[in-house]
Amino acid sequence: MSELTLTLIKLGFLALLWMFVLAVLSVIRSDLFGAKVDSRAAAAVAPQNTRTPKAVKPAKKRKGLPASVTIADGPQAGVGASLTEEPVIIGRGSDCQIRLDDDYSSTRHARLFLSEGQWWVEDLGSTNGTYLDGQRVTRPVPAEIGGSIRIGRTTLNIAK
Amino acid sequence: MSYAPTSVIQIIPRTRRGVELLLLVIAIAVSVGAYVNIGITVQNEVPASTGYYAAGITLLALIAHFALRYRAPYADPVLLPCAVLLNGLGVAMIHRIDLGLALVAEARGATPKSPAAPQQITWTAVGVVLFLVVILVIRDHRRLQALTYTAGLAGLVLLVLPLIPGLGVNLNGARIWIRLAGMSFQPGEFAKICLVVFFAGYLVVKRDVLTLAGHRFLGLDLPRARDLGPIGIAWGVSLGVLVFESDLGSSLLFFGLFLFLLYVSTERAGWLIIGGLLFVGGAYFAYATFGHVHRRVTDWLDPWAIDGGQVKLGLMGQAWGGILGRGLGQGHPEATLYAQSDMIISSFAEELGLTGLIAIILVYTLIIERGLRTALGCRDIFGKLIATGLAMSFALQVFVIVGGVTGLIPLTGLATPFMALGGTSLVANWAIIALLLRISDQARRPQTPAAPVSDETIAMAVQKQ
Repeated sequence: MSELTLTLIKLGFLALLWMFVLAVLSVIRSDLFGAKVDSRAAAAVAPQNTRTPKAVKPAKKRKGLPASVTIADGPQAGVGASLTEEPVIIGRGSDCQIRLDDDYSSTRHARLFLSEGQWWVEDLGSTNGTYLDGQRVTRPVPAEIGGSIRIGRTTLNIAK
Repeated sequence: MSYAPTSVIQIIPRTRRGVELLLLVIAIAVSVGAYVNIGITVQNEVPASTGYYAAGITLLALIAHFALRYRAPYADPVLLPCAVLLNGLGVAMIHRIDLGLALVAEARGATPKSPAAPQQITWTAVGVVLFLVVILVIRDHRRLQALTYTAGLAGLVLLVLPLIPGLGVNLNGARIWIRLAGMSFQPGEFAKICLVVFFAGYLVVKRDVLTLAGHRFLGLDLPRARDLGPIGIAWGVSLGVLVFESDLGSSLLFFGLFLFLLYVSTERAGWLIIGGLLFVGGAYFAYATFGHVHRRVTDWLDPWAIDGGQVKLGLMGQAWGGILGRGLGQGHPEATLYAQSDMIISSFAEELGLTGLIAIILVYTLIIERGLRTALGCRDIFGKLIATGLAMSFALQVFVIVGGVTGLIPLTGLATPFMALGGTSLVANWAIIALLLRISDQARRPQTPAAPVSDETIAMAVQKQ
């Protein structure tokens, strides 16, 4: 047996041994990161940070009147309405200015309206509630630029 | 009125038995590769027995694999392949040293000793049988909690068995073997498992007392004097093992194990400090009093002083191996005393080099990591403590033996798990892996869901309030 063959066998064996170690490591890695997640539940994870009030950082409030409200994520992302003077109703109903495709929102869920030179968010007696910056809306609260509204599983951003 | 978030990430539990099978194939390939490699380099041919060896190891691995498939489908996919790899490599190395010793004997004109590898293969089979028994009989590890004190008693009896005259035998200066029906056993290996079960069961009940009742002293939470009883007993027993059986390694293992479980269950650093002081005291006492401990320490401090010393030859072998090793079958590991048992790590370092040794130590680390991961995922404290204890017994053993062989700490006679020649240790390790797999099956299994709760029902419940 030539010296070269023996060296090749030696290196080949070490490579095989390390291949085992790396294979085990990749299995452990996929155990950590590659867990299959139920897609319906995955959709629920996204707005999770707005559900826990602690995790929400108070968004920087800016002066001026907000000019639009837009859905922030999910398949409907980008859908929204501009805030002129008319009130905006959000919900699943066909008469809403922003129609949500969200099983967890009510037909007429929440309303944004202009009053006393300011926009307000009001819950319209929805089943699951409306949250502004993580706080449940129980009476009309001022809606400011940078705020985020959560309705069911949908998050909407208030912007200039 | 608050609205609790109800969305839970639903991870779909996977059994991962297919991945385990794939890893097993690689592990078997490595083991058989080592066997063939040794045959080629030492005997210049692919050994005729390769087929038997490959068939044997494949059969044993598959039996274990299918037992898991049917009885513990959610068990960790990594533990079994790692155990098979270490066991297979160990058998190959023992076989290689058999060949080396036979050549030495031939050169001297002496009759060679009977080879040790077939014996080790037989013990592997026994180990896999015990693995099956554990997987099939223990369907739920929590049942073991009822056996807490039985296990403690069994552990103590197993520990003192070698001291019974006529039953225990003195081998290599340590009285840790018993001889039954012409075969020698090391009951301490099973005592280890029994004591882990006992420690875990005891601490589940007592941990609150140990945690909460205490007073602060010098910024440390010290436990009450009467709660010091158990650690005192553990210390006394492990010292007793040291005094009467001259077994430094086991005594270190038992004490370390108990101390670690105490720390894990109470989260009190005070225990580590007390235990550390007791250890230092005990170690100094042993060093000053016992000749064999003293000898181990001097051999460690100056390995070159003794001509033909175990540590010295082991270190020379490791140095000769270098980064990539001599190659399997091309070194002279047989020149070292106990190359098949105590010094098997240095045999590997000589032939596979640092590269191979690191891979082997990583495989041990992976077993320990999976054990601790199992403990984290386990839902009951008893299971958590058992898994931690078993993983830590592995960790301590590997640290003590690899540390001893590489000259980091004094060498003590602990068995290298799965690799070293020695039936009892091998069989006990298979039982440990089976227990870990059983607990990990419980930990990774999907919880039987309670009645499904939708967001609507919760919202309605909230509105009713």
